[in-house]
Amino acid sequence: MNLTVASSPHIRGDFKTSRLMLDVVVALLPALAVGTWVLGFRALAVTAVSMVSAVGAEWLYCKVTGKQNTLRDCSALVTGMLLALTLPASVPYGIVVLGSVFAIVFAKCMCGGLGQNILNPALAARALLMLLFPAALTHYEAVDGISSATPLHRMVMPALPESSLMDMFLGRIPGSIGELSALALLLGGVFLVARKVISPKIPLAYLGSVAVLTLIFSKTGNPVSWMLYSLLGGGVMLGAIFMATDYATSPVTPMGQILYGIGCGVLTVFFRYYGLFPEGVTYAILLMNLATWGIDRITAPRRFGVKKGEQV
Amino acid sequence: MKRRFWGGIHPSYRKELSVKVTPSVAVIPKQVVIPMLQHIGVPCVPLVKVGDKVLRGQKIGDGEGLCVPVHASVSGTVIAVEPRPHPLGKMVNAVVIENDFQDTTIPPRSSCGNAEAMDPDTILGLIREAGIVGMGGAAFPGNVKALSAIGKVDTLIANACECEPYITADDTLLRTNPEQVLRGMQILSRVLQPQRAILAVEDNKQEAIAKVNGLLPEYAGIEMSVLPTRYPQGAEKQLIQALTGREVLPGQLPVSAHCAVFNVSTFAAIYRAVELGVPVTSRLVTVSGEAIREPQNFIVRIGTSFHDLIEVAGGLNDSTERVISGGPMMGIAQSDLSVPVVKATNSVLCLLKDRNGAAENPVCLRCGKCVSVCPMRLQPLYLYRFEKAGNAGELERLHVMDCIECGSCAFTCPGKLPLVERIRSGKQLLKEAKSK
Repeated sequence: MNLTVASSPHIRGDFKTSRLMLDVVVALLPALAVGTWVLGFRALAVTAVSMVSAVGAEWLYCKVTGKQNTLRDCSALVTGMLLALTLPASVPYGIVVLGSVFAIVFAKCMCGGLGQNILNPALAARALLMLLFPAALTHYEAVDGISSATPLHRMVMPALPESSLMDMFLGRIPGSIGELSALALLLGGVFLVARKVISPKIPLAYLGSVAVLTLIFSKTGNPVSWMLYSLLGGGVMLGAIFMATDYATSPVTPMGQILYGIGCGVLTVFFRYYGLFPEGVTYAILLMNLATWGIDRITAPRRFGVKKGEQV
Repeated sequence: MKRRFWGGIHPSYRKELSVKVTPSVAVIPKQVVIPMLQHIGVPCVPLVKVGDKVLRGQKIGDGEGLCVPVHASVSGTVIAVEPRPHPLGKMVNAVVIENDFQDTTIPPRSSCGNAEAMDPDTILGLIREAGIVGMGGAAFPGNVKALSAIGKVDTLIANACECEPYITADDTLLRTNPEQVLRGMQILSRVLQPQRAILAVEDNKQEAIAKVNGLLPEYAGIEMSVLPTRYPQGAEKQLIQALTGREVLPGQLPVSAHCAVFNVSTFAAIYRAVELGVPVTSRLVTVSGEAIREPQNFIVRIGTSFHDLIEVAGGLNDSTERVISGGPMMGIAQSDLSVPVVKATNSVLCLLKDRNGAAENPVCLRCGKCVSVCPMRLQPLYLYRFEKAGNAGELERLHVMDCIECGSCAFTCPGKLPLVERIRSGKQLLKEAKSK
């Protein structure tokens, strides 16, 4: 009998990379469903194009470079889906493909592949597209083809949007495919926390700091409404729950995750108040991505047996 | 609120496989191999030579320093004194005894008896002469541990957590002979004079808990603490943290947290040594796993080969992948089944291929799950990374030496990284870098 001699542990849990990734896809389905319901079939088509081109780009990259095929980890599906959900449904397909290929090839694979990338691939691609095609990426249509401003655009005035808070919660507003309904995104977030895919620390710290800042520095006479509109409008929910929690680009220490979430929140509000665009989530998270390794370094957990501040 | 320890995991326990009401006595083999090193410390010097007749319980090896004696587990003739494979994965000098099947046993030591009438030195002497080591797996000489704790501890802990999956030896001991454990605790309390003597058990051993509860009124000064089941609660540092909230200082022993922890099997052995005057010549061993035909607990003579023991349990399934000495989380995989059961062998585990096993291409996602399950609050992903990079300085900064190798990180890792293996080699790397 040939006995295997290997290091302990001799049993492993059933967590698997592909399962975690597919859980994220499932968690994004409610948001995609609302996007398709409100914006029409094209929302679904854009998402499909993005996912297919992401997977295709990764397959081609592995083929060309002779690297081991990594499609089975399903992470390309997540990247493609996340990118699509940040785009308007009316965006030309060519732009979607370009973004998707950039996300996979440049932002992920060329940085060393899964887990090694410094920037969130979907957001890096979105940032690129925003610089190249600002018009196409900020052109929002309602189902009837009439272009309209998103609630967040109104808030630049500054003024409270016309849409009711309930409409924004449920997603009956113009906007990017996956950013319409806070409810759908929260459902996805609860699913991910329940499945232990993410810890709620980053989303809570992120949304919490946005809430506090917009409450204190309200631009209208009604700080509570201003805060709620700030939380429900734009990409902050999608960003806080799905983008800022990206494993590769966020800290692993508990304290680091909280700091990182707060950093994202502060920068988001900062960009929204002073930036070129009404939205600031993309650049806020990308900037914090750069700080991730540094944050991990300064937030090492307290050593077992050593009180805080004590030296051994 | 019950105090808890950090991190931890909930593996599938599979304890039901081997739980039987009474342990069977394993068939006593034709030959036993008694290694001269069954403890942490200096190996024994053999006291017998080839051709000598020995009796069961006769001392056949002893030595100076950090050393406890070993005894013959059967009566018969010494047929070899030579290096033999040891479950720790190395060759160790051993006395091989051909069994005469008479089981002629030496009389109990004359100094044994009621511990209440003994002074601590006599008790420690009896513990040493009986060859008692930490029987939960650590194998630290029992008398030395007790001696070093005198006057420094306020809490004596009997560890019956048995948090490793599959193993039910301590559970079986508590279900069948709880008196021996409780009496052993009283005996050691006489030596250490602690304020509290706690029997710690996880809540997945309800029958044992009920048995002990029924007996507790008769054993003054002993209390039981039932802890919510979670791995690695039975690790010394974690158990102390769970029971008292105290943390053992980095690189130090439990006395730094004013605690002394012994396994329940060790307490039972202490009782038998002090009040019955008999040395360690057998122990309870769980033989379990999906690859063994009849999983159960056995009373096994020390020196019985894994091969013989496996045969008694119905033999191995054809697709057996690993045979492990110890538990599935921290045990050592064996290549040679001629290795003997030693004093610290609590389990012989026979496993099929793990369907969640290693990936061909392990990739770290940076998901951080290893950080959240680490009971020592280390950052396994960074230890892995810096070991790969050969960076001893960073390994030291991240306290690689604090790792207790419990395997929670590797168990949880979705990327299937060989974390424990690499961290172990990271410790080696740091040691070498420091010795330069």
